[in-house]
Amino acid sequence: MFSISKHFKIFISITLTILAIGIGSMIIQGFNLGIDFKGGNIVDITFEKQVTVADVRNVLDKHDLGNSIIQLATTDNSTSSKSVLIRTGILADNVRQETLADLHSQIGEYNVNRIENVGATVGSELVRQAIIAIIVSWILMILYITMRFEARFAAAAVLALVIDVMMVVSWFSIFQWEIDSSFIAALLTVVGFSINGTIVIFDRIRENLKGHRPSESLAELVDNSINQCMTRSLYTNFTVLFTVAAIIVFGGETIRNFAYAMFIGFSSGVYTSVLLAGPMWKTFKEKK
Amino acid sequence: MRWDSMTKFLVMTFAIILGFTFYAKPVAFSIRQGLDLQGGTHVVMQAVDTPDAKVDNDAVERVVQIIERRINGLGLTEPTIQRQGKDRIIVDLPGVKDPDSAIAMLGKTALLEFKDVTGKTVLTGKDLKNSKAHVGQNSQAVVGLEFNEEGAKKFAALTAQNIGKPISILLDGNVLTSPVVQEVITGGNAQISGSRNVEEAEHLAILLRSGSLPVKVEVMETRTVGPTLGQDSKDMSVKAFGIGTISVFVFMLLFYRMSGLVADIALLLYIMLVLLAMKYLNATLTLPGIAGIILSIGMAVDANVLIFERFKEEIRKGKTLRSAMEAGFSKAFTTIFDSNITTIMAAVVLFYLGTGPIKGFAITLALGVILSMFSAIFVTRELLRFLIGSNLIKNPAFFGCAAPKEVRK
Repeated sequence: MFSISKHFKIFISITLTILAIGIGSMIIQGFNLGIDFKGGNIVDITFEKQVTVADVRNVLDKHDLGNSIIQLATTDNSTSSKSVLIRTGILADNVRQETLADLHSQIGEYNVNRIENVGATVGSELVRQAIIAIIVSWILMILYITMRFEARFAAAAVLALVIDVMMVVSWFSIFQWEIDSSFIAALLTVVGFSINGTIVIFDRIRENLKGHRPSESLAELVDNSINQCMTRSLYTNFTVLFTVAAIIVFGGETIRNFAYAMFIGFSSGVYTSVLLAGPMWKTFKEKK
Repeated sequence: MRWDSMTKFLVMTFAIILGFTFYAKPVAFSIRQGLDLQGGTHVVMQAVDTPDAKVDNDAVERVVQIIERRINGLGLTEPTIQRQGKDRIIVDLPGVKDPDSAIAMLGKTALLEFKDVTGKTVLTGKDLKNSKAHVGQNSQAVVGLEFNEEGAKKFAALTAQNIGKPISILLDGNVLTSPVVQEVITGGNAQISGSRNVEEAEHLAILLRSGSLPVKVEVMETRTVGPTLGQDSKDMSVKAFGIGTISVFVFMLLFYRMSGLVADIALLLYIMLVLLAMKYLNATLTLPGIAGIILSIGMAVDANVLIFERFKEEIRKGKTLRSAMEAGFSKAFTTIFDSNITTIMAAVVLFYLGTGPIKGFAITLALGVILSMFSAIFVTRELLRFLIGSNLIKNPAFFGCAAPKEVRK
């Protein structure tokens, strides 16, 4: 049978390579932070007739908003659409209202889908909150797993979690997907779910340790435990990934990045639980 | 075949299926919906220090009360206002028609002043008893003021001393109107003209009778979701929910046959329980919250997968269906417990450190985990006990597992 613990170096290398690219990307291009973090204005409106980017741009230029991002909601590559998404920097309420009034008078009637306006001061606070939340969750898990299992299990499990979180953050940086305030909820769900898979395997290792024969090496024990849980690991993740895929495909634009974050996190979660957590524990155990 | 067990199984199954068919939808739609689903405006305000007035706990409490009065004046269904942290106030206005004017009204200090011609302040908003908007002469929208006893005296004195001279009525330092006093007014009533329309007069009246804010309040964040987008989001969530759930159901049936069917029935009950819990805990259903529920369905089967895999292992060791089932449940229990506790811990952290919709998501996540433990462990176990106890099915193949040939009887 294929031995997971013997190939640990390959698996961890793949992970570390992706993370290295991710960290490089974070340093070079950083993140695409949404208005929740850096402040700004999003206006998403649907006109009663087709409009082009130029139509909207003309109106915005008059209000010194020439450098705003204007997106049309088109499925094909047509140059006009009824729905328009306008992103600007932080705006005073009256500037936004005047601009909207001008859009109305110069282009035509429209319906508001969404208008979001976030001031600058909240962003850094959100980042701080997110980091605290994730670290607190790690500490709680270290405590719980140390209590229920022992410290080496806790260390391996939390290392796996750190990898999962870093993985999601890396992908969002590499592909420059927009990060909004729901991102932190996605990260913590990933933490909550990925730990689940690791615990199931550790629980098996703990159980198998009780009847552990000296003839069986630690590597074999880890491999057997992982294999005994393999069907469960695969099935459970299939069902969860089904549901996340359903959210990505059918859940609509507003929730898509949230679902992407979970999709990557859960996928990384299976990878770390099945291929990394057990061998990491083994490494710690042998080092004692 | 033993009919008593079979009857119990069938009764439970049909009760769950019927309950789900008739109540799932009405219950789901009676849960309070967040602004992202029903449309409306979310406003975050912050009380800030000025040289005149410093922010303290008492001031923020008063701000909350005054803003609450202002919102109630708007006549919306179920607006909410809550204080967050030291100096933040969060207001949700579902279904508000003109968000911009509502937002402008919420954060206004609304300090009313009556000044005489020398610029001395004689009366303020504190001297008011009530204010109402109505249509006055020439179909002009005006705001009628009614002074309290003290105010009426001051106003009478002000008008008496300024006959033929203009007095100014100011709101937050801006002159609303400067009428010339014609005669002494002793009745304790006055009128402010100059509103552009009835709505503007209405808002001014609400502001004046709610009182002025003790400290300066700044609007930090506003989010408006139009009713169309809200409806779209709802439709899409329903679709994602349906498709996600059906794929999980089919998956369980394919891989675990009878056990899968039992797990699916328990899952129906689980969905009902989550919806009922949300309804009676008065939780708010948001878009991330729905995603959380859909996701929790995927997670809820995890406990069943764990149990059924143990069940299959025990069958392979040669145990009978009944004892393999019992062993499967008891051996999987600690695993399920430990792994779910850690998930709940993540949800609790999210609840304490998150805000608004994120809190809602944390609640659904935690509820989902707890209820799924109940449905996957207790409900599935009872159903399987009845089913196996009925002796209807003796071949483990029906439970998705092949027994070793030599022990199959």
